[in-house]
Amino acid sequence: MILPSILLIGIFVYGLLGVNFWTSMTDNHSAAQASGREPVAFVGLTNYLDLLLTEDFRHSLANLVLFTAAFLVGAMAIGFVWAWLLERPLPGGRLFQTVYLFPMAVSFVASGVVWRWLLNSNQGENASGLNRLFQMVGLDFLQNPWWNNITFGILAIALPAIWQLSGYVMALFLAGFRGVPDELREAARMDGASEWQVYRMVIFPQLTPVLMSAIVIIAHMSLKSFDLIMSISSASAYQTKVPAVDMFLFKSGFDYANSAAVGAFLLIIIAFLIVPYLVQQHRSRTR
Amino acid sequence: MRRRNFLLLSGGGLAAAGLAACGGSGGGGGEGGGSEVEVFTWWAQGSEKAGLDALVAQFEKDYPDLTFVNGSVAGGAGSAAKDMLQSRLQAGDPPDTFQAHAGLELADYVDAGQLEDVSDLYEEYGLTEAFPSDLVELLTLDDMIYSVPSNIHRSNVVWTNTAVLEAAGIDPTAVPADVEAFIADVEKAAASGVAGLSIGTTWTQVNLLEAVLMADLGSEAYNGLWTGGTDWSGGEVTTALEHFEALIALTNTDRDGLDWTDATQMQIDGSAAYSVMGDWAVASFQQAEMTDGEDYGYFPLSGGEPIFGFLADSFTLPVGAPNPDGAKAWLDTISSQEGQVAFSLAKGSIPARTDVDTAEFPAYQQTAIESYAQDAISPSLAHGAATPVAWLNDISDATSKFTTGASDVSGYQEELATIAESHASA
Repeated sequence: MILPSILLIGIFVYGLLGVNFWTSMTDNHSAAQASGREPVAFVGLTNYLDLLLTEDFRHSLANLVLFTAAFLVGAMAIGFVWAWLLERPLPGGRLFQTVYLFPMAVSFVASGVVWRWLLNSNQGENASGLNRLFQMVGLDFLQNPWWNNITFGILAIALPAIWQLSGYVMALFLAGFRGVPDELREAARMDGASEWQVYRMVIFPQLTPVLMSAIVIIAHMSLKSFDLIMSISSASAYQTKVPAVDMFLFKSGFDYANSAAVGAFLLIIIAFLIVPYLVQQHRSRTR
Repeated sequence: MRRRNFLLLSGGGLAAAGLAACGGSGGGGGEGGGSEVEVFTWWAQGSEKAGLDALVAQFEKDYPDLTFVNGSVAGGAGSAAKDMLQSRLQAGDPPDTFQAHAGLELADYVDAGQLEDVSDLYEEYGLTEAFPSDLVELLTLDDMIYSVPSNIHRSNVVWTNTAVLEAAGIDPTAVPADVEAFIADVEKAAASGVAGLSIGTTWTQVNLLEAVLMADLGSEAYNGLWTGGTDWSGGEVTTALEHFEALIALTNTDRDGLDWTDATQMQIDGSAAYSVMGDWAVASFQQAEMTDGEDYGYFPLSGGEPIFGFLADSFTLPVGAPNPDGAKAWLDTISSQEGQVAFSLAKGSIPARTDVDTAEFPAYQQTAIESYAQDAISPSLAHGAATPVAWLNDISDATSKFTTGASDVSGYQEELATIAESHASA
């Protein structure tokens, strides 16, 4: 009964993953090789090593780490606080939920176009976007070049990402809060626990699975945020290079081997996040 | 049991989607038939769309039996279209003809064996005489020609806002003798409180770099950069890169977030004095109802020798095109006198043929037509005429690194030299 889906997923996911890994270990660097007119040879891990040895790719990796860290911490913290505030009955609580969740309905490309303008790097007289806003409310010292900073520019792109996904994290945590039976809270209160203790000892521990899935979702979104970066910045902009952009550029230059190698890097990085998660899930299910 | 049903359903859905995808691409190839000609472009809006429409009108007049099928893909100044084209060619599902920049941008498709040699058509349609020999030489790769240009653009033009120049005390009619004189003017303009030079994202910076290189090196040495005749680590390249650095320092700080249209808009709004952009910028000034010579001016960036920085839109004949005769008919139309004039008038470029009546072209195009016939012609880097795509990508990366301040002139030059070395040997 489940054979068709196993077959299809076997071919289109795992089979193609295999092809990707194979391509990444060949010297398929030109259009002639890509189309099969010239031979392609197996070169092992050479492409991976070469990539790691180039300063530009290391810059991309560093950007990715910065972006993921900011995105994760930001979206988690804001989403959690919103969920916590909205968990208690509040007049208009539903409305806030909708308002916070709404940015997720906007595509990264659409919000990227707006944020590209908001994050304009001009300061002083020609400022526009957020810099202009800071100027108008007298917070001039907050003006900065946003994503045009060489080292930390990528953090500015994490802002729209956080803006967009915090609501989703909130929804996840809200579901988690709602999943804690009232009886448990009541029982804890009967035992003389303060409201803070109820949260700390009873509710938070039960949110761990939600926290884990939220982390995995946000982290893998961060690896894929190619569209957001491309619509705010551009493919060759050094400030905001991440591996996903490198992959695109290699592909458009007919360098399929390096493109596949960058893709493999991304898969390996996400495996570091997902495998522990799956192991934990498996353990908790079989316990 | 429920879960199984769900898995089965989802599997079935995947299978259906997969089949639909296969059916779609297979069907697309079959439908080409005998009377339809699919023309693949990235001309989906603005003056580019107007140009395409003019070509289609001419095509329908020339070949009433054939039906034009618009295969244009919008977005990203052609990058979305090029990406899709690459996949279609790779999958053996080429359009009947596709748009490309003439020159080495085509080298990858040629290496991949995806393009037919069309030199026979040059004989048949009498194009060898109609096009200047410089152009035919630039189009020839290993004695074969793989594309037919529909028009010519110039990449090394300096645009000026006359009122802003006058306010800064610069004579708007004077043309600076060399790049240094130009930098002095830009500095003077910047001192009056506007952006000296408006510029946009990476490719527009590469466009500026190429204009400076052409002016400083001269056409011969500049062309040598791509053929191996000129040393990238030489002193004259250093000078050019220093000039480039000086100019970048005088540009707007939000450059990386802007496209070329935004940069030209800054000039139209009077917040920038100069810009260096290809001659498609003239359409923006015209749309803003500015008067040629009064409100805006232009001159080629030059170091003494008059050079025409060249790029051309051109069409190809892919291997395995479903309707090669239809494609040849299209190539006939776009290379004919009527087709070239109609297209260039609508798009704001100039005809590639030198034997057409150009009396009805507006003032800017008249100057371009004149220089095109007289000046040395050098291939544009930013628009794919000078190098294959991968080389241009690497130069763009290095340029972005330099203009954001992550490398200095010597590091930049070293990187450019390494890039040239790796691509010349490949």
